[in-house]
Amino acid sequence: MLDFIRFALSLVCTAVGLFVIISGVLGVFRFRYSLNRIHAAALLDSLGILLMLLGLIIAEGFDITSVKFLLIIPMLWLTSPVASHLIGKLEVTINEDLPKVVAIGDPEAVAHEKEDN
Amino acid sequence: MAKLKHDMSGSRRDRLGHWLMHYDSALDEALQSDYDDDTAQEAAPAAPAVQHHRTWEKKKAKHVNFYQLVYRILAALMCCGIIAFLLMTAMQLPEFGNAADPANNEVSRRYIEKGMEETGAVNIVAGMILDYRAFDTLGESNVLFIAACAVMILLRIGQGDPAGALEEEAHDRMTEPKHDLILQKIAQVLVPVVLLFGMYVIMNGHISPGGGFSGGAIMGAGLILYLSAFGFDKTEKFFTFKTFKVVSVAALTFYAVSKTYSFFTGANHLWSFITPGTPGKLFSAGLIPYLNLAVGLVVCCTMYALYTLFRKGDM
Repeated sequence: MLDFIRFALSLVCTAVGLFVIISGVLGVFRFRYSLNRIHAAALLDSLGILLMLLGLIIAEGFDITSVKFLLIIPMLWLTSPVASHLIGKLEVTINEDLPKVVAIGDPEAVAHEKEDN
Repeated sequence: MAKLKHDMSGSRRDRLGHWLMHYDSALDEALQSDYDDDTAQEAAPAAPAVQHHRTWEKKKAKHVNFYQLVYRILAALMCCGIIAFLLMTAMQLPEFGNAADPANNEVSRRYIEKGMEETGAVNIVAGMILDYRAFDTLGESNVLFIAACAVMILLRIGQGDPAGALEEEAHDRMTEPKHDLILQKIAQVLVPVVLLFGMYVIMNGHISPGGGFSGGAIMGAGLILYLSAFGFDKTEKFFTFKTFKVVSVAALTFYAVSKTYSFFTGANHLWSFITPGTPGKLFSAGLIPYLNLAVGLVVCCTMYALYTLFRKGDM
């Protein structure tokens, strides 16, 4: 019974992680603007891989391999948001059309966005 | 007339001619005058410059036209010949997974069966690349070093050119995150861990999977992270061009000398102070940990040097 519960838990974690990863990949390819894409990619890195690793840890049980998996999680949580932050900062620095793109409530900007697409 | 020209310029023969001759087809040339007459009103200002350019191109082409054509046809023929040769060779390779293949000979069996006993390395790959085939690995390390030197020749800014260096500095400041607080705080936490992990991978290369190449790449990545977080002012305190020179050359020389000694004594059945030791211990497997360290230092220095040269043109 306990084995079954463990299996079910790891299955749920892996399935939800897979869903997050698939939606993240879809977002990376579907969004047209780089800041939107960062949003999708960062979600994938932090939540998707966390859930996948949790599922693997539960399936593996407590041993040296699962401890190594556990160490990957803080590593990713430290690096991935910083990478997103730097990409976003670079985009803000070099994009001259930024005011037009980020002003979502501005009807003129929305028209500009529609023209581009 | 415009429609005819449009059809002509899209045709396959025209595109072939364009690719072979580098300029537009003869019909196009003939049509150009008519076309110019048709559209004289709109294209009048731009026409003279274009026309001038074309006549110059045609004059030059008359001399080299024939040779250019022959050269291109010969190049295509040679490509086809090489492709055919390689395909024929690939077709005569032995079938994959066949037990009688030349690849499944006694050499690889000996590596697997006697490798740990003879070299003292638990990791068979480390025993192979740093003991049986050590000269091969020395060549690989030299390739990395030569690649860094070649990039240096091409990209390093001259020492007596302060104006160029200042300009590069300005370019660098524009795109790189110089004093990003978030990056600096994370780098303070991560860089020591990354460097330590790279050192662990190098020094355990003969016990667990890893070794000089992977560990050196990790250490180089740590150095690059430190550089992007804190800028050149901090890294120049411990890593300059001189450091790169001394560390790389010393590591390669140590590798060559020590391995020459090992091969010389081994081949002549002489006594040697290098022994395999107890497999699984940190200081075992003869020369392998030290050679791993040398390879790792070369890889680390090369990665960092390539990054700095492509970013600023200096170290």
